[in-house]
Amino acid sequence: MPPPSHDDHADRAAPRVPVIVGGNRIPFGKAGGAYAAVSNQDMLTSTLDGLVARFGLSSERLGEVAAGAVLKHAKDFNLTREAVLGSTLHPTTPAYDLQQACGTGLEAVVQVANKIALGQIETGVAGGVDSASDAPIAVSDGLRAALLTASRAKTLGQRAKALAAVRPRDLAPQTPRNAEPRTGLSMGEHQALTTRSWAVSRQAQDELAAASHHHLAQAWESGFFDDLATPYLRLTRDEGVRPGTSVDKLGALKPVFGRGEGATMTAGNSTPLSDGAALVLLAEEHWARERGLPVLARFVDAEVAAVDYVSADEGLLMAPAYALSRLLERHGLALQDFAEYEIHEAFASTVLATLAAWESEEFCRDRLGRSAALGPIDRDRLNVHGSSLAAGHPFAATGGRIVATLAKSLAQRGPGSRGLVSVCAAGGQGVVAILEAV
Amino acid sequence: MADLYSRVTGHPAGAALTKRLGLPQPATLRRGRRWPGEAIALGAVGGGDIAARTLHLLGLPVVPAVHDAGTEGPKDGAGSADSVPAYAERLGALVLDATMARTIADLEQVRAMLRPALKALGPSGRVIVVGVAPHKFSDVQASAVGQALEGITRSVGKEMRHGGTANLVQVADSTAEGTASTLAFLLQGRSAYVSGQPLRVGNDRHAEHPAPRPFEGRVVVVTGAARGIGAAIAEVFARDGAEVVTVDVPSAGDALAGVANRVGGMALQLDITNPDAGQVIARHVAERFGDRSEGQGRIHAIVHNAGITRDKLLANTDATRWAGVLEVNLQAALRINEALLDPWSPGGLADGGRIVNVASTSGIAGNRGQANYAASKAGVIGATRALAPHLRDRRITVNAVAPGFIETEMTGKIPVATREFARRFNSMHQAGKPVDVAEAIAYFADPASSAVNGQVLRVCGQSQIGA
Repeated sequence: MPPPSHDDHADRAAPRVPVIVGGNRIPFGKAGGAYAAVSNQDMLTSTLDGLVARFGLSSERLGEVAAGAVLKHAKDFNLTREAVLGSTLHPTTPAYDLQQACGTGLEAVVQVANKIALGQIETGVAGGVDSASDAPIAVSDGLRAALLTASRAKTLGQRAKALAAVRPRDLAPQTPRNAEPRTGLSMGEHQALTTRSWAVSRQAQDELAAASHHHLAQAWESGFFDDLATPYLRLTRDEGVRPGTSVDKLGALKPVFGRGEGATMTAGNSTPLSDGAALVLLAEEHWARERGLPVLARFVDAEVAAVDYVSADEGLLMAPAYALSRLLERHGLALQDFAEYEIHEAFASTVLATLAAWESEEFCRDRLGRSAALGPIDRDRLNVHGSSLAAGHPFAATGGRIVATLAKSLAQRGPGSRGLVSVCAAGGQGVVAILEAV
Repeated sequence: MADLYSRVTGHPAGAALTKRLGLPQPATLRRGRRWPGEAIALGAVGGGDIAARTLHLLGLPVVPAVHDAGTEGPKDGAGSADSVPAYAERLGALVLDATMARTIADLEQVRAMLRPALKALGPSGRVIVVGVAPHKFSDVQASAVGQALEGITRSVGKEMRHGGTANLVQVADSTAEGTASTLAFLLQGRSAYVSGQPLRVGNDRHAEHPAPRPFEGRVVVVTGAARGIGAAIAEVFARDGAEVVTVDVPSAGDALAGVANRVGGMALQLDITNPDAGQVIARHVAERFGDRSEGQGRIHAIVHNAGITRDKLLANTDATRWAGVLEVNLQAALRINEALLDPWSPGGLADGGRIVNVASTSGIAGNRGQANYAASKAGVIGATRALAPHLRDRRITVNAVAPGFIETEMTGKIPVATREFARRFNSMHQAGKPVDVAEAIAYFADPASSAVNGQVLRVCGQSQIGA
């Protein structure tokens, strides 16, 4: 039987609208927790199969699958394609990996949406996966150089000589570090600088963290994730969610980033290391409707920004503040024109510093080139189903989690409801996007 | 969970040993849509012809049934096997039309046709007696004779060997068209684990002709589909062409996705005890199949398979164990039916649709430690019979299967001695497979089974437990 084709009905006359059909993720696990023994490929394949089952796509050929992982083994050079081959999708579905640190998942969504808008594909899957438990461990440059030289050696003597160059210090394995190569500072240490410069209080951070846990627990409890998540390895809810946490309990934790009086960032208001995967199914609107697929929200537009954090001109995780300003300008929208805001909680203070920046007339004038502040948002519309502080943050999986969650939430609010996604990323980058319920 | 005994008897040495010990020899059953491999004999008492017309409709060639003369042979060898007229060939099935049997004397003809056939039937052979439902007669003797056919069939079922079955079809103003799906089911391997059972066929002269893929383009919803019998139901419906929507609790979503993808269906993670579960199912079907299914976005069949056990002696059963089982096994299905039977609700049950419930032999005979479960499953039987007559004007049928001992994860938890006893103490000397239950469900759900309504069919290998 020839593979069913999805991509040969492109009607190039009609405007092509990329829409979010739905999503699937596995509950996120704590590093060293439920998913400690599985690989990125295992998690991504299972998440893909859950998505396929939800939308009855078994044996179908899709336009493409785009996904990535931040912590990646060398053997996973074709991670997403391997996941497709291991899934129930038709093996003729193309796939590729892409990576933009924590922006990976959302950038993959942007990529697939753009291809749909251009008419290159009718439907595609986008997202990502990460395992902090199964992180790759590399050998040192010294040992690697010696091994490579030895492998090129033609005689036993040459080989012995090459291997003799190995020093004891070369034998120590290298684990990936959560640090910026150009500053040597960890992400938390970077954010601690931003937290101090925006004077974000400990109380405000703990309140945001508690709200994240309560919102997420409520979303699980109410069945909101029944059609957004599929259990995996007996994990039926995010491993890190604490329904019973409170500002008081969080207030008892000791700071882990920053020093002295100004140290406010704790393990409770910073994202934990996590394992998990999340994917989004996108399609051209008419194509989706013809096939009886849900149309949750239109993918309107996206913008990516980067900041110069190396020279300390700007905070490492402040790029979304810039990206959003440009995106709003392009669409003639105000910051207040959104029914919901999904701002990735790398740290509670990242969200709060970003909000503070938008409220600051000085920042908006001097940095964003605006005549006035973007202003405050209605905090009841922020991360209404919880975010990374509670769910965890398997780096490349976060974008997919947020997009599917937001699209469903907007669809429930009704046509025209607009939502904002903002994800900060290592390397001083940030990806923001607008969704709108159809 | 593996059936060790069947593996022992499957081995030549094990077979020799167990035979010598006089232990039962479980046969490998003919399953699926396979007709009998050997000839089908047809006999009739008096001028009964509905069986002949039905077999003709199914395009099945028949050989005439051989009659035992009924007179004894030479005095010294009275009733010896040699004196019984024999078939020239192995038989795959005997279909015996006893619809014209009215007197006790007529039953002699039934004996005369059964006797030679029972000696000629091959492995997984079939005896199908077609009689009239006793309640159709006002005459006492005729009614007694109708009931006698059931006694004969049930006994023959227990005498069958090598995986053979015997069943009774009770017709009532039935047509060949209406009877065809039932005869086809009983003749084919689909009824492998159904024996000693009466099945009633009503009146429908417009019944669809049985098709090899009867559910092509039709939407079938199966609850509890993540594993065991539910997964097998999804597979059988998919094999027969259905667009299968598999439903199970969100916590079983992983396994559910596996089933859905295997059968090319869809997974709907849903707790059926949610008050709006029926509406969620309807919305899902309306959205996904609105324009592209045979039924224009409506459900052809819903299979209420989801069920749980919370076994305890009644003396130790608290309100939670009691309510949980009744809620999942009975209340949820009733509530979902109510939502799906709304003719104006998009995604509801189509006219001409099917409701198939999964009861249990525990609901027929009760079971120690299962008062809550038996209550729910007996309730399912009650609901089936109560609802069936009310939906005739919409040509919707309501039927139930009552599985006996089926090899699943659930029965794998039964203590080993009880389990082994249940496996052997039936006419097939083996446990049923999930697919056996699934086939019976698909038979009820078949568009061609429009004349079969309000029936409760045991799929138990004629188990003596829960009889």
